[in-house]
Amino acid sequence: MRKLSNLWWVALVLCGLVLPLLMTNPAYRQIAVYTLIFTACATSWNMFSGYSGYVNLGAGVFYGTGAYSTGLLAEHLHMGGNGTLFWLVPLGGIAAMIIAIPVGLIALRVRRHTFVVITIAIFFVFQLTAINAGWTGGSAGLPLPFIPWQASYYQVPFYYVTLGVLIFAVLLSAGVRRSRFGLQLLAIRDDEDRALGLGVQVAAVKLTGFVMSALVIGMGGAIYAIFQGQIYPQFAFDPIFDITVALMCFFGGFGTLVGPIIGGLILESSQQYLTVTYSNGSLYLILFGVLFLLVILFMPRGIAVYAREYWTRRETKAQADQAALAVGGQS
Amino acid sequence: MHAVIDGVLTGSVYALMATGLTLIFGVMNIINVAQGILVILGAYLSYTLSTHFGIDLFLGLLITIPTMFVVGIVIEWAFVARLKGPEKTAMSILVTYAISLVIEGSLNEIYSVNDVQLSAWYVNKSFLLFGVYFPYIYVFGFLLAAGLLGSLYFMLYRTRFGASIRASLADQSAAALVGIDVKKVSTICFGIGVAVTAAGGMIYGATNTFNASTSYDLISRLLTIIVLGGMGSLGGALVAGILMVTLEDLVGVVWSPIWSTMSFFIVLVIVLSIRPQGLFGQKSARVA
Repeated sequence: MRKLSNLWWVALVLCGLVLPLLMTNPAYRQIAVYTLIFTACATSWNMFSGYSGYVNLGAGVFYGTGAYSTGLLAEHLHMGGNGTLFWLVPLGGIAAMIIAIPVGLIALRVRRHTFVVITIAIFFVFQLTAINAGWTGGSAGLPLPFIPWQASYYQVPFYYVTLGVLIFAVLLSAGVRRSRFGLQLLAIRDDEDRALGLGVQVAAVKLTGFVMSALVIGMGGAIYAIFQGQIYPQFAFDPIFDITVALMCFFGGFGTLVGPIIGGLILESSQQYLTVTYSNGSLYLILFGVLFLLVILFMPRGIAVYAREYWTRRETKAQADQAALAVGGQS
Repeated sequence: MHAVIDGVLTGSVYALMATGLTLIFGVMNIINVAQGILVILGAYLSYTLSTHFGIDLFLGLLITIPTMFVVGIVIEWAFVARLKGPEKTAMSILVTYAISLVIEGSLNEIYSVNDVQLSAWYVNKSFLLFGVYFPYIYVFGFLLAAGLLGSLYFMLYRTRFGASIRASLADQSAAALVGIDVKKVSTICFGIGVAVTAAGGMIYGATNTFNASTSYDLISRLLTIIVLGGMGSLGGALVAGILMVTLEDLVGVVWSPIWSTMSFFIVLVIVLSIRPQGLFGQKSARVA
C-alpha cells in the first residue's frame, strides 16, 4: 500500500512536468498556472487550519502581502522585466510570514468560532489599507515590470516555478503532519484544553503554524503579481480568495494531506474553465454555488475521506470474500 | 453633532441587521455570511414592489418581512439544519457563502448589475429641527429599526418563547434537558434573523445605491459589528452598530472620509487585543 501511494505521487509529479508540453493553448496554460497557485495556497492553508481546526478566513492577507511586497520591491530595486523577478517569490513569502506574526498574536487570542470572524475583519483592514494608502498606488493599482516573453511561451516559466512551490508546499505539509509539531496541532484540533493540560504550548504552537502557513500563500501571491503584471487592491486582497481556499480543503478533505490537492486541482481548473467558457459571470456564480452546496451537503468530510472509506470497504469486503472462500474450501 | 445624530439614526439600522446575525450565531453556532446578500435581496424585493406595483416602501414591508421569514426558514430547513459535527461553524460559513453566491448570481440575472436606489417622496427630503437637517428617510428608518428592535426585545424578554430562545442562547443542551425543542427554536430564530433583513434592506436601499455585489461590504461590516459587540450578545450588536456608524461619520468629518471606513476596523483590532471576547461577550467556555 505504501509503495503504491509513493508511485501515485511520482506519477502525479510526472504528469505535472509534462502537462505544458502537451497543452499548447495559452488560455489553458493560464488556467494551469492559476490552478497550481491555488492548489499550493490551499495545501499551505490546510497545514495550519486543517490540522489545528482554526479556520482562517483571512488568508488573503498573506496572499495580498506577498503580491504587494513583490510589486514594491520590484519598483524600488528598479528590476527589469525578466526571469530575475522570480527571486522575489521567496521574499514575498517571507514578507507574508513577518505580517503573520502580529496578525496571529491578535487573532489567536480567541477560540475558533470567534477566530474565524476576526480573521475576516483583519482581512478587510488590509484591503482598505491597500486601497487607501498612498504607497500602494491605491485603487489605480501597482504595475510590475513588463516581461517581454512571447505569448505562446509566457506561461511556461510561471508554470514550472509554481509547480516547484506546490511540491515544496506538499513536502512541508507532509513533514509537519509527521512531526511532533504536527501532532501537537492535531491535538489542539481534537481538544485544546486537554492538549494544554498535557503540556502542549498551545499558544506558541498555534502561532508557529499560522506563520508557517503564510510562507507558501505569500509566495503564491508573489507569483500571481508577477504573472498578472499589475496588482489591484481588490484582487490582491480578494475576499473570494479567502473562501475559495477554504472551500478547496473542505471539498477535498479538511485536515488531510491529499484533500487540498484534489480540491485545488478540481475546483480551480473547473472554475477557471467555467469563467472562460461562460463569459456571463452570474450564471457561473450560480453553477459554482450549487456545486459547492451539493458537495458540502453530501460529502461533508471531503472527497479524499470518502474515497478512502470506499477503498477500505472494498478491501475488507474482498478480504472477507477470500476468507469465506477459504473456509468454504476447507469444509 | 450632526455626525452623532446621523450615527445613531443609521447605526440603529445596522444594529437591526447585526442583531439577526448575532441571534443566529448565539442560538445555533451558525455564522450566516449570507446575511449581506439577504439584505440586498430584501432591498430588491422592496424595489420590485415599489416600481412594479406602486406599493409604498414601508407598506411593502408587510409583504417583504414575512417573505424573508419564509426564505430564512427554507434555508435553515434545506441546508443549515443538515450540518453536524465539530466543524459545524466553519461549514456553516461555507454553506451560507454558497447560498449567497447562488442568490448573487440570480439577482444579477434578474436585475442586472447596474446600481439602483429605492425612491419615494421621503427619500431625498429633510426637515429642520433645532438647526439640524434631518432627512426623513433616516428618521423613519430609525423609528422602524427602533420599533422592530423593541418588539424583538419584548419578545425575547417578556414572552415564554423568548425565554426558550434565551435559554438556547445560554446553553443548548441544558435547554434541551428542561424540555425546550431546541430544533424548533433554532429554525424560528433563523427565520427571525433573516426576516429583519427585509426591513434593514429597505432602509439600506433607500439611503444607498446598491447592486448584488454590495453585499460584500455589508457582510464585512455586520461581522465586525457582532465581533466588536461580542458574538451572540444582542445588546453588544446594538451598541457596536451605533458606535461603528458614529465613529465613521466623526472621522469622516474631522479627518478624512478615506479613513472613515478603516477607523472602525482599527478600533475593532484594538478592542480585540485588549478584550478578545468583544465588548459584551462572555469569555468563551470550553469548546470541544
